[in-house]
Amino acid sequence: MAHKILIVDDEPNIVISLEFLMKKEGFEVAVATDGEEALAKVASFNPDLILLDVMMPKKSGFEVCEALRGDPSRAGLLIVMLTAKGRDTEVAKGLAIGADAYVTKPFSTKDLVVKVKSMLGVG
Amino acid sequence: MLSGWFVAALSTAYVLVLFAVARFGDARADAGRSIISANVYALSLAVYCTSWTFYGSVGRATSGGLSFLTIYIGPTLMLMFVGVIIKMIRISKAYRITSIADFIASRYGKSQLLAGLVTVIAVIGVVPYIALQLKAVSASLDVLFQYSDDKFLPWWLDSTLLIAAVLALFTILFGTRHLDATERHEGMVAAVAFESVVKLVAFMAVGLFVTYGMFGGFSDLFQRAAESPELARLLQLDSSRAGTWTAMILLSGLAIIFLPRQFQIIVVENVDESHLKRAVWLFPLYLLLINIFVLPLALGGLLHFQGQNLNPDTFVLTLPMARGAEALALLVFIGGLSAATGMVIVETIALSTMVCNDLVMPWLLRSTWLQVEKRQDLSGLLIGIRRVAIAVILLLGYIYFRAAGEAYALVGIGLISFAAVAQFAPAMFGGMYWKQGTRAGAVAGLLAGFGIWLYTLLLPSFAKSGWITSGFVEQGLFGISWMKAQALFGLSGMDEISHCLWWSLLANIGCYVGVSLNSRPDAVEAGQAERFVDVFRHAQRETDSRLWRGNASVDALVGLLERFLGPARARQQLGVYAQSRGAKDWHGLPADADFVHFAEAELAGAIGSASARVMVASVAQEEDLGLDEVLDILDEATQVRAYSRDLEAKQQELEAATADLRQANDRLRELDRMKDDFISTVTHELRTPLTSIRALSEMLHEDPRLELEARTRFLGIIVSEAERLTRLINQILDMAKMESGRAEWTTGEVDIGEVVRESMATLGQLFREKGVELAGDIPDSCPAVLADRDRLTQVMINLLSNAVKFVPGGNGRVGVRVGWDEKVVRVEVSDNGPGLTAEECVVIFEKFRQGGNTMTDKPQGTGLGLPISRQIVEYFGGNLWVESQPGAGANFIFTVPLPAPEE
Repeated sequence: MAHKILIVDDEPNIVISLEFLMKKEGFEVAVATDGEEALAKVASFNPDLILLDVMMPKKSGFEVCEALRGDPSRAGLLIVMLTAKGRDTEVAKGLAIGADAYVTKPFSTKDLVVKVKSMLGVG
Repeated sequence: MLSGWFVAALSTAYVLVLFAVARFGDARADAGRSIISANVYALSLAVYCTSWTFYGSVGRATSGGLSFLTIYIGPTLMLMFVGVIIKMIRISKAYRITSIADFIASRYGKSQLLAGLVTVIAVIGVVPYIALQLKAVSASLDVLFQYSDDKFLPWWLDSTLLIAAVLALFTILFGTRHLDATERHEGMVAAVAFESVVKLVAFMAVGLFVTYGMFGGFSDLFQRAAESPELARLLQLDSSRAGTWTAMILLSGLAIIFLPRQFQIIVVENVDESHLKRAVWLFPLYLLLINIFVLPLALGGLLHFQGQNLNPDTFVLTLPMARGAEALALLVFIGGLSAATGMVIVETIALSTMVCNDLVMPWLLRSTWLQVEKRQDLSGLLIGIRRVAIAVILLLGYIYFRAAGEAYALVGIGLISFAAVAQFAPAMFGGMYWKQGTRAGAVAGLLAGFGIWLYTLLLPSFAKSGWITSGFVEQGLFGISWMKAQALFGLSGMDEISHCLWWSLLANIGCYVGVSLNSRPDAVEAGQAERFVDVFRHAQRETDSRLWRGNASVDALVGLLERFLGPARARQQLGVYAQSRGAKDWHGLPADADFVHFAEAELAGAIGSASARVMVASVAQEEDLGLDEVLDILDEATQVRAYSRDLEAKQQELEAATADLRQANDRLRELDRMKDDFISTVTHELRTPLTSIRALSEMLHEDPRLELEARTRFLGIIVSEAERLTRLINQILDMAKMESGRAEWTTGEVDIGEVVRESMATLGQLFREKGVELAGDIPDSCPAVLADRDRLTQVMINLLSNAVKFVPGGNGRVGVRVGWDEKVVRVEVSDNGPGLTAEECVVIFEKFRQGGNTMTDKPQGTGLGLPISRQIVEYFGGNLWVESQPGAGANFIFTVPLPAPEE
């Protein structure tokens, strides 16, 4: 049974690349392009890990993360925050509200795959 | 029918109530719980309203109409100069000044001559005024007994004398209980305030009775009066009497502070400067209330007693009597009695203090046969002198009343008194605000003013009474026509009061200023001038002590204090003083300058500053400071003050500079924060395309066997993201250049219509591809503007490509219009897209803020197009803005100013 990954980003080209990358590694992938859709997809798709962009319309990645962490039934969900803003304060904020990892854009595809796999305990 | 005995008993009862109030006030003062509140103080000022106004206002109104009001407008205006009165109070408290004579004398070098002169003027001016009060009481009694044969007093004793005697007794009891250093009489003030209430209530009661009881209210009265031409005249303001009005207002404004009783109440009896703030509105309110019914009473009397030739001064009594309202008439009588007694009591106390300190004491201290030097305790003697003075002044008033009777000299004395005390004004005001005013100037001014007052006002009033020949009034002194007493130097056409006021104040001020400028003050005077004028600024003690040099012994000074204050009071004051200097008791204190000043001030409170100076000088070996030395010391003090003012100003400057720096720092910090935000945003914008490029190229690189379809797609994305990155970097650089002012502009004459047409042509293909209609309304020739053609094209293309981005494909419409007026060319680009909220209309011009946040497909663009366009338009002096509502499309408008037409 393949692990399920939800990709959340409002930049279509980034979504395309992440989707391709994760599918190639054998994960089951779903996509959301804003915060609200992300929460809906979490409920319907029930992912094991979520790649979450911070700057998005409707609900920011921080808000989505907070909402998910406030839901005890989602305690096992792994959250990887993706951001193009690399300031230390934002990294700290992301980790403080319960993200499991924080990746700065642009990222190395190899490193991202290694990180995702190790978090899911595969490979 | 009123019985004489009943009236006598009632009057006695009233006086007993007064005694009780005064006793209560004194007892509370002794217990340290003063009952003199702001309200009591304000009410006591109403001692200004004497029986002359209580009865006489109505009389004046029957002949002069509204002119009686001037007597009340003046004081109301004068009280608005709170600062002047506060300064007077401050000076008086600092130097233990106890009367107006003392004030003037102290200011001009503690001069016994000036003190005496002011006292003489005050006594001559005011004693007849006291007589007038007695006459008013006697007249009111006559009215009460008009129809009665009831003679209840033996022929040798008349009621007026009895009243004068009771008043003397009252004044003696409460005016001279002890020699307080500040000469305050709280019991008396309480009684006076009480009397103010009584007379107000009485006057308003009769006013209401006549207006609403005898007539049908104000409107009825005024209507009836208007029907008679003679009475209607009273209701109108007579513009030809404007000069008289001005003179009366000035006169009464001065009287409210310079009448001895007013100075006593306002300045000497003041316990707290803040009380004045209440008085400023409460006292005018009192005056207003007591005046409401004056005109109705006058009209009512004239209407009711038509043809009976009654004295209008007695209307307030005769009107209720005519209707048989005896109780009301009695109330009015008591009101008039309170008006008279209040005035007489305060006036007599003020005058007796002046007579004792400024006339009798200087003479006693100089006379050898009394051997006052040797007597131990003189405080009893002082009180004795004052008591005698009170009795004598009242007796003089009574004698004047008896002698003058119905004569004009009595009837007109109210205003004549006012004019007498107005002579104090130049010396007082000059003394408080003009350091150059000298003793010689003050004496000259007072003598000149008083002389003219005597010649133009008092003597003519004697002449009118038939006591002296009236030749000097009618033909002029020795038949010289310009010496006519009431048309001096040919000045006729004024009423006598205005005439006197004009000439006397002219002479007074002229002599005061002229002589002052041509005389040099002596050392004491120069010091006093400095202290009075700068009373608010002085750190008093230091200057005071530097202005005295000599040797004195504590014992001699204490001896002086004991002799004049009495041993008990002297020791009490010494104790307080020792405490203020931080010593346990006064025995160990050095007899330094400070001590001498303390002793002199205490003495001044008891015997006046002039006599105090003489007494202190008699026991101390004083070194005479020359005028130059005094001026040097004062100058130094002034320099120190100026220096400290400079320091203060410098400190303020520094504080202001610090505040400026702090502000600048805050601004810089804000700019820094904005720059940080900007860089963070730019970083974000740059990293986003870079992310796709890196991820996709890494994947292509890793996996060379990738399907061709995916490979082509990825390479397409990489190319377009690389283009986006390039565009972004270009625009950021463009923006940065413009903001730092390093952008290159090629300005020339540009036809905007042409620019618009070209831009539309350039983007025509894009519009057609998306199926959007593009329509232009552009005149063939537009006026040229001065601008950079390429930059304007950039703006146009930005607006058009924004429009095409947001309108719906297929049925989108974009319209372009160019128009102009005499000042600007105006270009509009309107679309039928989703429109913008009011908030969005603002933020879309901020950097990296794009419209259409709610759309899932993120708009293409950098978020810099509109900010850059705005910068360009503003560079050429124009404006760029948007008018839009959600759902109603957007209309982007920019203007470029036309070059100013050449002359």
